[in-house]
Amino acid sequence: MNFLVPLPVVMPLFGAALTLMMARKPRAQRAVSLTVLVATLAVSCAMLWLTTTGEPLVVAVGGWAAPLGIVLIADQLAALMLVVSSAVTVCVLVYSIGQGMADGHDETPLSVYHPTYLILTAGVTNAFLAGDLFNLYVGFEILLVASYVLLTLGGTENRIRAGSTYVVVSLLSSVIFLTAIGLIYGATGTLNMAQLAERLDALPDGLRLMLQGMLLLAFGIKAAVFPLSSWLPDSYPTAPAPVTAVFAGLLTKVGVYAIIRTETLLFPGGRAAIVLLIVGLLTMVVGILGAVAQSDIKRLLSFTLVSHIGYLLFGVGLTTQLGLSSAIFYVVHHITIQTTLFLAAGLIEKRGGSTALDKLGGLAKLSPLLAVLFLVPALNLAGIPPFSGFIGKLGLVQAGVADGGVLAWLLVAGGILTSLLTLYAVARVWNLAFWRTPRPSMPSVRLPALMVTPTLALVVLGVALTVVAGPLFEVGDQAAASLLSRAYYVEAVFSGGTP
Amino acid sequence: MTPNLVYVVVIGVLFAAGVSMVLERSLTRVLMGMILLGNGVNLLILLGGKAGSPPIVGSSPQEEMADPLPQIMILTAIVITLGMTAFLLALAYRSWALSGHDEVQDDVEDRRIMQLAERDEGSGIDDTEDAR
Repeated sequence: MNFLVPLPVVMPLFGAALTLMMARKPRAQRAVSLTVLVATLAVSCAMLWLTTTGEPLVVAVGGWAAPLGIVLIADQLAALMLVVSSAVTVCVLVYSIGQGMADGHDETPLSVYHPTYLILTAGVTNAFLAGDLFNLYVGFEILLVASYVLLTLGGTENRIRAGSTYVVVSLLSSVIFLTAIGLIYGATGTLNMAQLAERLDALPDGLRLMLQGMLLLAFGIKAAVFPLSSWLPDSYPTAPAPVTAVFAGLLTKVGVYAIIRTETLLFPGGRAAIVLLIVGLLTMVVGILGAVAQSDIKRLLSFTLVSHIGYLLFGVGLTTQLGLSSAIFYVVHHITIQTTLFLAAGLIEKRGGSTALDKLGGLAKLSPLLAVLFLVPALNLAGIPPFSGFIGKLGLVQAGVADGGVLAWLLVAGGILTSLLTLYAVARVWNLAFWRTPRPSMPSVRLPALMVTPTLALVVLGVALTVVAGPLFEVGDQAAASLLSRAYYVEAVFSGGTP
Repeated sequence: MTPNLVYVVVIGVLFAAGVSMVLERSLTRVLMGMILLGNGVNLLILLGGKAGSPPIVGSSPQEEMADPLPQIMILTAIVITLGMTAFLLALAYRSWALSGHDEVQDDVEDRRIMQLAERDEGSGIDDTEDAR
């Protein structure tokens, strides 16, 4: 069944070409994008099911054998990320179609939107499946270029201003990543990750630390880790709601995925774990303090997005199996919930005419359905039992306590504090936007069904994560175990030992 | 593999010039900086491979051939840099068309909230107004 592996990259790319040719036929465009993304979701689910045995699926692209050719590899972690990300992209696509129809196509000029959206998907899936550092770089570039276009869609003054910062910062991180690739190739003579896993071990300690630091810096910018995160709350909120939602769900998580992959496969047991823990603590606390100060829902959510990246670093930095599997569970939870919240923010903007808290009020009375769509994921994000946010945080806290170090305890405390402050931040949104009396400035519009349905689907998916938490944690646990053992990855790429 | 000193110096100069340009406010200068940085990185990648005769099968003994892989990677990187340059130029032009300059602006909302904090006014929203 290895032929499935390239499909999540190839299908969206073909879809992008097709939709580009159909620029004048919006209905056909929608049909193609939807078909392609649903097919991607189906293929991803099939791959997740096939990898439950623990055997990764490997394909050497073009038939060139491993160290020379490029490999695409789907292990459990990659397959799990693919399933969640493609589920999210399908829902956001339906939402954006609904929004485009409701707004008379002003917000999303559909002829460019669909091809770019599909290319973004292809970039994300390529980054998840890459078994080669340079291919990972290409995946990043594909998704970044698509994200530049989506972020500056329509070219209004506000978006150009926010887009400039985003583009320059992303370009800088790409330059750092590429420099690291050049140095790694110079030091080891290969970029195949399985081969690197063995050759990097032989390098002097100082050189290894430098290479690891450069990669962490590049991925840290993409994942919006604290000292490198200030570009995110500046740029994301100006984009159209579905674009912000898909960025929030996927782009930073691709950075986190790259951190997990390089930390476990290329540089296991390095000294950088302490850096990850400290940076994770700062990301959590500083991010959520930023969220508390905001008076705009989209900006507030962007800050919570930054803050909760800290939880993921916490899990990765512990370098234990429980920490890693909790981090994997938390990624799945966070992709779903953060996307849902941004989609709900888009609905609030539609219903209330704005996302500024001082211009909103009384939404709970005006639209009870919207209130439910916001409240459930908001409580989920804050980690109220029995939602999946609570389960993920509980796993991380247990892993921290099991570690027992001073830093781990600090992170446990920081995590709980962040969770409380998240609850405060979302409760503030609830008080100001959903209670109080309705503002006279708010328009009286009906929410389009095509926007509500995908949001509702994601809310249900978020709640369902609690129901399937047991099996999901098990998958995360298996994925973490194989990540930590490393041998499975090398063996899958080179069945006869590395050359 | 022994690094060539001329290359190392050129890469250093390109990186230094690139970084100082990227730190400017004007988007056009940032673009120039990015191009310099990109070229510096490309040379750095080239330095990672073995030098030698053209890597074409049969043209020379295998041991004397240059390492073709860095050249392929540079080719890809050049294409990506080209696309990015075009996009940044369009962005700078659009910024100039809209606001008459291409300077990267500060985060407006961030400034507003900082001013509120300095005057100690919180979010400026009265949430006690009608807590019915």
